[in-house]
Amino acid sequence: MTDFIILSVVLLAAIVLVGAALAVAHIVAPRSYNKQKGEPYECGMPSRGGAWMQFKVGYYLYAILFLMFDIETVFLFPWAVHVGKMGAAYGMLSIGLFMAVLVLGLAYAWRKGALEWK
Amino acid sequence: MDWMTDYYSVAPLLSKVHETLRTAMGEKATLALEGVALVIGLILVYAVLAIVLIYMERRVCAAFQCRIGPNRVGGKGGLLQVPADVVKILTKEIIRLNRADHLLYELAPFFVIAGSFISFACLPWHKGAPLLDYEVGIMLVLAASGLGVLGILMAGWSSNSKYAVIGAMRSGAMMISYELSMGIVVIAVVALSGTMSISGIVESQEHLWNLFRGHILTVIAFFIYLISGNAEANRGPFDLAEAEQELTAGYHTEYSGMHFGFFYLAEYLNLFITAGISTTLFLGGWMPLHIPGLESLNMVLDAIPGVIWFVGKTFAVVFLLMWIRWSFPRLRIDQVQTLEWKYLMPLSLVLMMATVVCKVYGWVF
Repeated sequence: MTDFIILSVVLLAAIVLVGAALAVAHIVAPRSYNKQKGEPYECGMPSRGGAWMQFKVGYYLYAILFLMFDIETVFLFPWAVHVGKMGAAYGMLSIGLFMAVLVLGLAYAWRKGALEWK
Repeated sequence: MDWMTDYYSVAPLLSKVHETLRTAMGEKATLALEGVALVIGLILVYAVLAIVLIYMERRVCAAFQCRIGPNRVGGKGGLLQVPADVVKILTKEIIRLNRADHLLYELAPFFVIAGSFISFACLPWHKGAPLLDYEVGIMLVLAASGLGVLGILMAGWSSNSKYAVIGAMRSGAMMISYELSMGIVVIAVVALSGTMSISGIVESQEHLWNLFRGHILTVIAFFIYLISGNAEANRGPFDLAEAEQELTAGYHTEYSGMHFGFFYLAEYLNLFITAGISTTLFLGGWMPLHIPGLESLNMVLDAIPGVIWFVGKTFAVVFLLMWIRWSFPRLRIDQVQTLEWKYLMPLSLVLMMATVVCKVYGWVF
């Protein structure tokens, strides 16, 4: 319980830092409105079109691959804590099967060219 | 062991203050007061560290580039340059954008700072000092770095600027990719130490730092951690997300004044956190250096307080990271992803399995 109080105090500290600095900036910093000033910065030229558009799919491919391996990492943590006490053969065999499936997945993605930047 | 007695612990003093306050003011007021003290203390340490790190980066990069660096404001060494910059950044206008997603735009700095604060509170400065010391501490650090990625993606997307979106996408793809090899290397350390808690990992390195425990394996793991940590912190040679020649400033192009200051602050604190966590995992946190067999030397080294060991080792790693940053040219996005997915990730998987095999069969020191 106290641990979560400390975590919330830490989060509060982050919020206080950002909030207080922004408040000070709003008080001391000058402000003026100008329509051109609020435009997105593009080297001085008037910008054409918005930025919220279809984006290169390559980035999402890596995100999907990441999901697979990130979940794997989460599963590996508890095993890593206990592997020393588990008995060598049982510990290694159980994770060997799990890893084999994963490495198969990575090999498949590699063969399919998902790791290639196109 | 008697040489493990901690002569420098502030815990007795703190509990004494706590008792005095409690008898004077009651339970609730004490808790509230301690909370306020914690908030102020955290913010102060955070801000002072950021100032020190920015000053250090300027001097170090100037030295690497054979120039002088800041030397006008505040005497010969330019000591007051960074505080002057803080005042400047505070007094700059915060521009309101016409077409941004204002809610996400305003929220992004909170996420970035909150992520770095959580990891910051996990650092083991001294014996018993990690503020957040959970059983799953190291996983909390990895999760908090995810919060930073979220903040960066929010900042880039909500700005509605092309440079910002490209920068955020590059940064997001790179940071999530490098989180993998980082996580896998951390698993190797967790297997070596047999625990996930930060203080547990430090205490398991009582006799020998993890760096020296697993033959060559942990040395390679240390360098993999440094490379992925460098990418996590968005620093060169992985600074393609804010490549100023092509993207102006990347995901924070549209942030001005203090708004921008938060991203700058978080970047430097993330550098410190990366160095601090790698110190915790591989260089023994606040543990003094022990050379087996040289008992008298070990006792002399024990006399140095843990906090000096931790800060010293962390700044040594920070210097190493700055050295890397100012020595290597920037990578392209395809090179970054190839390095991670085709080299670092398979390598760290093999490394992790090898370390665990060594641990299980007792081949570690």
